[in-house]
Amino acid sequence: MSRERFFIEGATLVDGSSADILISDGTLTVGADAKTGSQDATSIDASGLIALPGLVDLHTHLREPGYEQSETVLSGTRAAAAGGYTTVFAMANTSPVADTAGVVEQELSLGLAAGYATVQPIGAVTMGLAGERLAELGAMAASRARVRVFSDDGMCVFDPLLMRRALEYVKAFDGVIAQHAQEPRLTAGAQMNEGALSGTLGLAGWPAVAEESIIARDVLLAEHVGSRLHVCHVSTAGSVDIIRWAKARGIDVTAEVTPHHLLLTEELVAGYDARFKVNPPLRREEDVQALRSALADGTIDIVATDHAPHPIEAKDCEWDAAANGMVGLESALSVVHKAVVETGLLGWSDVARVMAQAPARIGRVERGRPVASGFRADVVLYDPNKTDVFDVDRLAGKGVNSPYLGRELPGRVLWTFHGGTATVRDGNPIAKDEAASLAKESEQHG
Amino acid sequence: MRHLLSTRDLDRDAAIGILDVAEDMADVATREVKKLPTLRGKTVVNLFFEDSTRTRISFEAAAKRLSADVITFSAKGSSVSKGESLKDTAQTLAAMGADAVVIRHSASGAPHTLASSGWIDAGILNAGDGTHEHPTQALLDAFTMRKRLHGTASRGKDLDGLRVTIVGDILHSRVARSNVWLLDTLGAEVTLVAPPTLLPVDTNQWPAGIGYDLDTAIADDPDVIMMLRIQAERMNAAFFPNAREYSRTWGLDAERLVRLRPDTMVMHPGPMIRGLEISAAAADSPRSLVRDQVASGVSVRMAALYLLLSGDREVN
Repeated sequence: MSRERFFIEGATLVDGSSADILISDGTLTVGADAKTGSQDATSIDASGLIALPGLVDLHTHLREPGYEQSETVLSGTRAAAAGGYTTVFAMANTSPVADTAGVVEQELSLGLAAGYATVQPIGAVTMGLAGERLAELGAMAASRARVRVFSDDGMCVFDPLLMRRALEYVKAFDGVIAQHAQEPRLTAGAQMNEGALSGTLGLAGWPAVAEESIIARDVLLAEHVGSRLHVCHVSTAGSVDIIRWAKARGIDVTAEVTPHHLLLTEELVAGYDARFKVNPPLRREEDVQALRSALADGTIDIVATDHAPHPIEAKDCEWDAAANGMVGLESALSVVHKAVVETGLLGWSDVARVMAQAPARIGRVERGRPVASGFRADVVLYDPNKTDVFDVDRLAGKGVNSPYLGRELPGRVLWTFHGGTATVRDGNPIAKDEAASLAKESEQHG
Repeated sequence: MRHLLSTRDLDRDAAIGILDVAEDMADVATREVKKLPTLRGKTVVNLFFEDSTRTRISFEAAAKRLSADVITFSAKGSSVSKGESLKDTAQTLAAMGADAVVIRHSASGAPHTLASSGWIDAGILNAGDGTHEHPTQALLDAFTMRKRLHGTASRGKDLDGLRVTIVGDILHSRVARSNVWLLDTLGAEVTLVAPPTLLPVDTNQWPAGIGYDLDTAIADDPDVIMMLRIQAERMNAAFFPNAREYSRTWGLDAERLVRLRPDTMVMHPGPMIRGLEISAAAADSPRSLVRDQVASGVSVRMAALYLLLSGDREVN
């Protein structure tokens, strides 16, 4: 049986022009030539829909192996597809930790078998994320998973000497250290942003300086050893200033911001609803504004979800006992739309850059390419026109710990194409058996 | 009143209302039979996730004087210590027909979570949550001050213009927070005195003055000086160099005591550490209202339980 082909009629490209798109054998034909090959293709009326490159998330927690009650590679990549993602970088804090070639290769295989999105494993910087000895970075780089991004995310690589060595070592294979910037001593027991509100609520504070001091140290280390640094989930205005300074100085640093830090503020903590508990914590309105501006002026390079699914009981409890983290894959594009597109800071070509092209470049994968003839058919069709209350039906992973439930968000992902396979059709992810068998077929076709 | 979670939620009329009912309850304590039939048939659960014998027995006495049935659920040695969640505990109590839950918890906001979760329909009374609030302590402190100022003519009065200085570990104190909000609502002027390490980083929005020097605060001639306990775990966490230096700088010793006016009220929420934040001379002086505070505690908690459980329950 030959693979299903798609003829997308009248989509709006990121430059605002309108074009037809043919998806055939996993490859794109865009423009006048698309019509010629469209016989027997499934036809999609894309008037009013924006065609974006398939999104690339540099920061996803898939939880498998080890925490399958929270998420699996299958459920997490289904959530990714639902949100318009075709590639996700899987964080290393699984159990066992992804600190050997064996674990990252297993992760890769699980992603290929599930078929919803490309899973690119991230390797741990230190063994067991313990911050004491380097993990086998070279072995992971040389494995079938071709790891280029290394991170102890969830934990900060706190020891400055170890951080220096890691930055130096990964130069051998063009790797990057993605740092979770959190000074551990300044954040012992921390529960929320430290400021006026934490004092009133009686919650232990997570001061901005705990993030900023590590970023300052790391950019100086990166400069000294001439290495590439990536800063995970930047959350404060002060961090933005430091990164802006570092870039102006020519330091090879990139930075990400999460959708939730672009939209939500610490005021939400006042009701002690643990859905709003996340690390780094929600910050002040001034920080949100600074992060938006930084994304617009390029100081912050990308949006990454930090998708962090948890079982219900991990959030259905008192604040201190609750787990940190929010699911974010399914809502990311709508949140970015609301926070920076509707506010006029970014256009759709910028969205394509910060959510697809730049993350792929930082992670050194051949993904996130433009919607143009000859490229791999990773495409998302997004309807920007209607605003809905975001409800639990929109979630496609295992976690329901979304901070957006009950909130109005604009737009909706209607179709996601992953290497030419429709993983989301008319707003709904395809069934898992179908995703798996289509993945197998496309592999056989090469 | 549906719940009592925080003094921040109380407006002036509600606060004075509670204090006035507490006056009626205090009258009961002077009778030969110290018991009212008001809450007969109601079940009050004391749900204590933290040890606090003083607060627990105060609530127990209050509930019993109102003829309620009292169940004490202490987390130690219960299923909670084996990992049962707050949700399951709450639902268990709901299934047993608890009408009010008096909760003490180490997590700030736990009473709020209990009241807003839908796990249990009972009235929730915050008996101290983490470093957040301890509303009945602030109410009993205000009651004690008002009684000292106005005696039998206390009903209906607020604390207008009263100058209250609170000294000690403000950062970790739920007592300080509840007092700041309530005293401000009642018209008092509050000054907080502490080492800078034991103050929240940003108190600009707090209706209170901030000072680091106890001697200056005493020279300002406060009407009330309230000393807070210094917990042992602060000693080893670099909040101050050692107990001696703390005591010398922020303790109410005998020498500072004599600089206070004879009618300055000396208060302490207890338990006191004599020789650290308060000297024996201060604790036992005629200025000390520490034992009055304990007595007021029962009256104020009777008032809170009465207002929570009598009459028609408001629906959320």
